[in-house]
Amino acid sequence: MSDGREVWITGVGLITCLGEGLEAAWDHLERGDAPPYDDKTFAPYIVHPHSPVSFDKQIPKKSDQRQMELWQRIGVYAAGLALADAGLTGKPELLDNTDMIVAAAGGERDIPADTSILTGMRKVTERGPFLNERLMSDLRPTLFLAQLPNLLAGNIAIVHGVVGSSRTFLGEESAGVDAVRIAQARIAAGQSELTLVGGSYNAARWDVLLIFEQSGSTLRDRFAPVWDRGPRGGIALGNMGAFLVLESREHAEARGARPHGRLSAVRADRNRRQPGEIEATLRKEWAAIADKIDRAHAGVISGAAGLEPATAAEQVALKEIGLPVRNTGTYIGHGVEAQFVANIGIACAAVEHGKLFAPAGTGDFGSSPPDLSQVVVTAVGNWRGEGLALVERVK
Amino acid sequence: MTSATHDKKGRPIVAVTGIGVVTSLGVGTADNWAKLTGGVSGIRRVSRFPTDALRTTIAGTVDAVYQDGMSPAALSERVALLAGEEAVAQAGIGSKGRFPGPLFLAPPPLEVEWPDRIKMAEMAAANADTSYPDLLRVAHDYGDTYKPFKFAIIGEDLADHFGTEGSPISLNTACASGATAIQLGMEAIRRGECEAALAIGADASITQESLVRFSLLSALSTQNDPPDRASKPFSKNRDGFVLAEGAAALVLESLAHARARGARVLGILEGYGEKSDSFHRTRTSPDGKPIIATMQRALADAGVGPEDIDYINAHGTSTPENDKMEHLGVSAVFGERIRGIPISSNKSMIGHTLTAAGAVEAAFTLMTLQSQRLPPTINHAIPDPTIHLDVVPNVARDAKVNRAISNSFGFGGQNMCLVVALEPA
Repeated sequence: MSDGREVWITGVGLITCLGEGLEAAWDHLERGDAPPYDDKTFAPYIVHPHSPVSFDKQIPKKSDQRQMELWQRIGVYAAGLALADAGLTGKPELLDNTDMIVAAAGGERDIPADTSILTGMRKVTERGPFLNERLMSDLRPTLFLAQLPNLLAGNIAIVHGVVGSSRTFLGEESAGVDAVRIAQARIAAGQSELTLVGGSYNAARWDVLLIFEQSGSTLRDRFAPVWDRGPRGGIALGNMGAFLVLESREHAEARGARPHGRLSAVRADRNRRQPGEIEATLRKEWAAIADKIDRAHAGVISGAAGLEPATAAEQVALKEIGLPVRNTGTYIGHGVEAQFVANIGIACAAVEHGKLFAPAGTGDFGSSPPDLSQVVVTAVGNWRGEGLALVERVK
Repeated sequence: MTSATHDKKGRPIVAVTGIGVVTSLGVGTADNWAKLTGGVSGIRRVSRFPTDALRTTIAGTVDAVYQDGMSPAALSERVALLAGEEAVAQAGIGSKGRFPGPLFLAPPPLEVEWPDRIKMAEMAAANADTSYPDLLRVAHDYGDTYKPFKFAIIGEDLADHFGTEGSPISLNTACASGATAIQLGMEAIRRGECEAALAIGADASITQESLVRFSLLSALSTQNDPPDRASKPFSKNRDGFVLAEGAAALVLESLAHARARGARVLGILEGYGEKSDSFHRTRTSPDGKPIIATMQRALADAGVGPEDIDYINAHGTSTPENDKMEHLGVSAVFGERIRGIPISSNKSMIGHTLTAAGAVEAAFTLMTLQSQRLPPTINHAIPDPTIHLDVVPNVARDAKVNRAISNSFGFGGQNMCLVVALEPA
């Protein structure tokens, strides 16, 4: 199968704990400043809340904001940044045919309602009827719409007018990888000209920590770079909104859009996670793109989350590949579905600036190659899925 | 000969070579089809949990599969697996545990459920009010005993079971999800990425809270008695949909691949159309433009015109809004001819299977073509005088059907339409 048409990245929208916009994140990464994190609010768990933003700027109607929970507001905001960056804002003739693939989690709970029901339940013997009664009276009808995974995409359609098509992928890190892969493949094959792809994550909430803590995956007590979190490791979840506008080269050139970079390849795969399988899958994915790599001007941006054994296995594969490595997770935390998209955005900044950013932790190695023009972005899911992308400078 | 295996646009033609279905009517295509064409309803009183204080007490639950205490994740996985096994066995493709293509799955959104929250609260035994930090304190011990909640768990398990290739994609386009799973498979085959794909829609997530959530949006029928009469699409007295469970699996295959291995072709997926609606989170644009564009795009993608459609498998939820807007949409797309095109709603019998619906109804559309028999819209006692459609009222009938469309619309402005046809001679 041929690679098909060239796919350009013509818009990047990013919100992380490093601020709003790609350049704010890049400046912080380049300086290698200590990452902002919060170890108090959810102590002993450590999270990276996003830097404050004024949602009014991208979501002008308060009525729209009220219909969303935070993960949706972050996502709609970041999508707005990407559309503005790509020059699509307020252009219905383009937005009408812009496809959308969102990687989403959803499921935000009403914490006071849940805890009040759980507390009340201790005093009753007929729990089933009690639960019905309390759910009927305590649940906010609109909360359901803030819980549905596809309502991030739905809100982006409503607020920004992206109405070509809309799909939402589910399932942690791989959902982000699959979203980018399908978006890239559809454009390369001529099934789409213009696609908004991305995701968002709200980590600063008890209900999401509960899910991760069920598998003992959260970072607690002491912050450390992702590579150096001990034998079991841990994930410091991060609030994140990350969106990209992908576009066929022909379409971008015809409207005079400036590319941040070219998305030349995206691989997504899985295995049963037996010892050695993560490394084997990454090797296979690397082999599929290795002949495109100019080693003198290439580096890796890793999406390592800090959970073992996944992060150590990724390190083994990255050492074999041998390109200089930087991770983003230490700086921006782990945004699960949004992480891969955010890292492709950061890879754009790297090829635009022609260098890698500052190392953080023992797994980052090698100095930035001169005139960096290719970045391999990795995503090793905390419990499933391995992905890889190649971002190249458009000369 | 290439032209026989590629469409007018030069793309590989996508065939269906295996179908599997589970609904409240039963397990398997044969049982389902017999009941569906027999006008049998699968809607009954909910027995899985107490229904005191609920406005709606009926649903289309998969009681034949449910076992005490199964979580939505476990039950959805079970029905997906049953449907998948039936489809793969019928297609006779690959070998045991080795399906030669990717998996596209439309599962229900998963989260921690009340039984889990309650068990954790008990383990935590807080002195004062139960709080989330209390639950977190015992979460890890709890997670060691019970399977942690991850959105992709069903897809991962199915990928292991069927041995599908690559990263299994779990997707959600609300009530259009099942159709989107099929669309993703069609696109992958058309791109030449694979020769076969397994598309599954599965949703068995009826819990106290899911019933309450839809109830609070006033989406559900409250005409609980008798349960089998509650779902009445296109009727004047329709008052909401009936929540239901089910699954369907389709084995998609390039026609070239299917013919080369001598597989029986059950139908052709000729095209799809999608268009999102930015009008409202739960309501359709009053002008119906996105629905109309969705059907028109599907016909254009298939390279056919409105005159080529012999049957419409309606989304037909039985809500006042959906049926009105779907009537408006099909009337605009098909013009005067619409009065002569039969359009029926499977949901009158099986209820609304949510993320599975698009796949279940695509499966039934294929079976309609196969059997040349139209499943009815039951409970059609009081027709809506503003809806001028041949809804195949109450009883199935034979008809000549070469090509059909299946509509799926969902919250969040999701609209999907599939064009399904018999294999060209």
